[in-house]
Amino acid sequence: MTATDSVTHAGATPDQPQPYAELGLTSPEYQRIRQVLGRRPTDAELALYSVMWSEHCSYKSSKVHLRQFAEKAPPSDALLAGIGANAGVVDIGGGYAVTFKIESHNHPSYVEPHQGAATGVGGIVRDILAMGARPVAVMDALRFGPAGAGDTRRVLSGVVSGISWYGNCLGLPNIGGELAFDACYAGNPLVNALCVGVMRHGDLKLATADGPGNKVILLGSRTGPDGIGGASVLASATFGDGGHSAKRPSVQVGDPFLEKLLIECCLELYHDGLVTGIQDLGAAGVACATTELAAAGTGGMRVRLDAVPLRDPSLGPPEILMSESQERMMAVVEPDKVPAFFAVCAKWGVQATVVGEVTGTGRLEMTWHGETVVDIPPGTAADEGPVYSRPLARPGWQDQLAADDPAALPRPSGASGLRAALLALLGSPGLADKTWVTEQYDRYVRGDTVLAMPEDGGLLRIDEETGLGVALATDGNGRYALLDPYAGAQLALCEAYRNVAVTGARPLAVTNCMNFGSPEDPAVMWQFAEAVRGLADGCAVLGVPVTGGNVSFYNQTGEDAIQPTPVIGVLGVHADVRRRLSIGFTGEGARIVLLGRTGPEFGGSAWAHVVHEHIGGQPPRVDFDAERALARVLADAAAAGVASAAHDLSDGGLAVALAESCLRGGRGCRVRLPGDPFTFLFSESAARAIVAVRPGAEAEFAGICAAHAVPAGTIGTVGGHLLEVEDSFTITLAELAGVHGGALPAIFG
Amino acid sequence: MTARVGVVTFPGSLDEGEAARAVRRAGGEPVALWHAECDLRGADAVILPGGFSYGDYLRCGAIARFSPVMNELAAAVQAGLPVLGICNGFQILCEAHLLPGALTRNAALHFVSRDVRLRIENDGTPWTRAYVAGQEITVPLKSGEGAYVADAGTLEALESGGQVVIRYLDNPNGSALGIAGVRNEAGNVVGLMPHPEYATSELTGPGTDGLGFFSSIVSVLVGA
Repeated sequence: MTATDSVTHAGATPDQPQPYAELGLTSPEYQRIRQVLGRRPTDAELALYSVMWSEHCSYKSSKVHLRQFAEKAPPSDALLAGIGANAGVVDIGGGYAVTFKIESHNHPSYVEPHQGAATGVGGIVRDILAMGARPVAVMDALRFGPAGAGDTRRVLSGVVSGISWYGNCLGLPNIGGELAFDACYAGNPLVNALCVGVMRHGDLKLATADGPGNKVILLGSRTGPDGIGGASVLASATFGDGGHSAKRPSVQVGDPFLEKLLIECCLELYHDGLVTGIQDLGAAGVACATTELAAAGTGGMRVRLDAVPLRDPSLGPPEILMSESQERMMAVVEPDKVPAFFAVCAKWGVQATVVGEVTGTGRLEMTWHGETVVDIPPGTAADEGPVYSRPLARPGWQDQLAADDPAALPRPSGASGLRAALLALLGSPGLADKTWVTEQYDRYVRGDTVLAMPEDGGLLRIDEETGLGVALATDGNGRYALLDPYAGAQLALCEAYRNVAVTGARPLAVTNCMNFGSPEDPAVMWQFAEAVRGLADGCAVLGVPVTGGNVSFYNQTGEDAIQPTPVIGVLGVHADVRRRLSIGFTGEGARIVLLGRTGPEFGGSAWAHVVHEHIGGQPPRVDFDAERALARVLADAAAAGVASAAHDLSDGGLAVALAESCLRGGRGCRVRLPGDPFTFLFSESAARAIVAVRPGAEAEFAGICAAHAVPAGTIGTVGGHLLEVEDSFTITLAELAGVHGGALPAIFG
Repeated sequence: MTARVGVVTFPGSLDEGEAARAVRRAGGEPVALWHAECDLRGADAVILPGGFSYGDYLRCGAIARFSPVMNELAAAVQAGLPVLGICNGFQILCEAHLLPGALTRNAALHFVSRDVRLRIENDGTPWTRAYVAGQEITVPLKSGEGAYVADAGTLEALESGGQVVIRYLDNPNGSALGIAGVRNEAGNVVGLMPHPEYATSELTGPGTDGLGFFSSIVSVLVGA
């Protein structure tokens, strides 16, 4: 096709067939576009609507459920911007605000692991930058197929190298995340990237195009054929047979150096007061940025698509609109500030081009060499996309799964059996030492990292004078969510909340990445609805609002969906990072206190999974009051300086937690279990932690526990070079380290 | 007098902030220098910090060496200006032929971020005189292209001439002779791959073993 499909041409050729189905639009959706426009869309308009109305951009299947996050949100005076902005913004005191968000890049990371994961980091970093904040750290929650599978090696190695390459080059410390393995992720790895940024109050930037006459400037990379159709086709279509090679060129290619320049350039533009509104270009590229800026602002915008700088001169309007070329931002700038704006861009070597201006017409108009190719009300693409209440149905196998109680599984008997079970867990890929992955990430850069992997939560210093800081953790457990998606989402929330609290921080806000199969499958849709409901209810009770998030559907191969995997990120504020708690046992003679109640809860546990490849029964019971009380004990203990270490109990229970604390601190421990050894070692009851109490501070710590009514029992003492369970078994730290540290290198080299 | 230590920012530099903070922790005054300016702003010594100058495209340091500030620096080095290159800064100094040898891909072929044990081999440079030869320190290493290489003759000359300043105890990246840092013949220019600036605080680093690089230069400049 050579002739431009202009609005005039479209009006004159109403019956011309259009490839809406290939672009992922249904027939009713296409008819609705015709209705909105009163004519058939041009090719460019069709491309624009197809990406804006894709699942990825419009949340059309999830919207009716996600509303609960706002409707059930607990009152919070910490929230400066919430859902709907590029990322939520939280007041942490001292004049500082923090913005954070987690986002998936699952499908591209399977097709092209290195670039897929790298551009996942780049995309979330630009989201944070667009809020007016300086990005200060990243985290990655990763899930892959079985560690031993050949394809896992390809995918994992590529994903890790991509995150390492892009994040390290940006100078953002990688301070934590997750690494899990399960057969359900073999064809659908989960790559969820989180970024956190810091700004002063008043630096908040809005993604709006206000003020007719203001210039619209595209800055950063030239536009190429990257990821064309990615938003609507690649990111939202189930991988079927033989589709891989055809989709291969669709994955975006990153340039972290340019992104680093773009960050410094934008921060200087903000500092100099040269920006009225700004939006990052991510999924759906120019289409998304122009429609969202226009819809949120005065309402009108005129764009010259032929002014967009191209890397590939053969691109036409539809491709330019859909391209997902990385490292681009779109700014709205007052005309008299344009020269100063360009001067800053020149200083940083960032290309900037005026591509349009804000108008008062209420229309988004785009021209291509003088011909109008787009003329739409921008709200119809940005905000008024289709909304579906998809059918949902509790799967028939759910009851059967719940009835398959792990109580029936054979348990290790005697000291040698318990010892072997602990070593089996520690050497399993999901629980093994993750150094092989994390030592490819720079944790030090910027000089404010106080805690990073393998700690429970990452901790950053924000203010050097006062010690004010923020803690972050991400958690998710697909096995729990499979057994009960409502409880599973809440358990993920509780674990992330607890992991933040364990550093001594106070949990403040929540972000989430919902990874699910196809929303067109009623069973998956039920899982999704339950997980959202669970998370919204949990956040209301814990008093931590959801500030934003991301939904990733279609994580399935053929008929097989992944385990429902809500990944929850919690952000907390730390009053003084100099009083942080590490998981490592360092203080010889410290008493080890077990906090919380332990019951025989093995449904979805690491023990059942690793030792018996079993999943069934009920996940651990959720107890929000207990979680909140535990968090208060940990915050008070950190502030009072009575603890030398604290570690959350989760996958693998007390046994794995003790081993991790010993290995982290380089000191052993001797414990006496207050009941059935197997239950106490491997149960995954929630709302629990261990704390190493400084010698002499035992009474003060007991007082803190009593004040919050948290059950606390002294179970042992830190010291020596053995992990010893009295009347049962001992393991040397050297043996623990060999099993724990050797597992991933043995698989991945 | 105050020790004025310049810290250069190239496009893609990442560790200039922490280098400046380390100078301050040692009692010196950091002076921000910009790659595009032919001006050392009266600095009495200069640090080329870590990062990915120009994205490490082409070769690490290969583009940054042509920056305007590097012309000034080369002339000042001839006049005896003390210069420290850390990580990417070391790579730039090698590319600029202000230090011998080159840095290549790690033996493991991926980025290595790890606290490493180092031995100070030469305590006579203006950047290491706070240490004692033979002293062992722990400092973070974080690089993908940190394997030091040079031809046999150069390596021999480095060893015999006392130009090996720092050595790894447990070679993490396949560097020739375990070399972590070297100096030029005159002794005023030192480069190393590990990051002493990230070992200047107990709170954010593995300890304070790295502070000696910065207190060394401060004491040299104030004539202590």
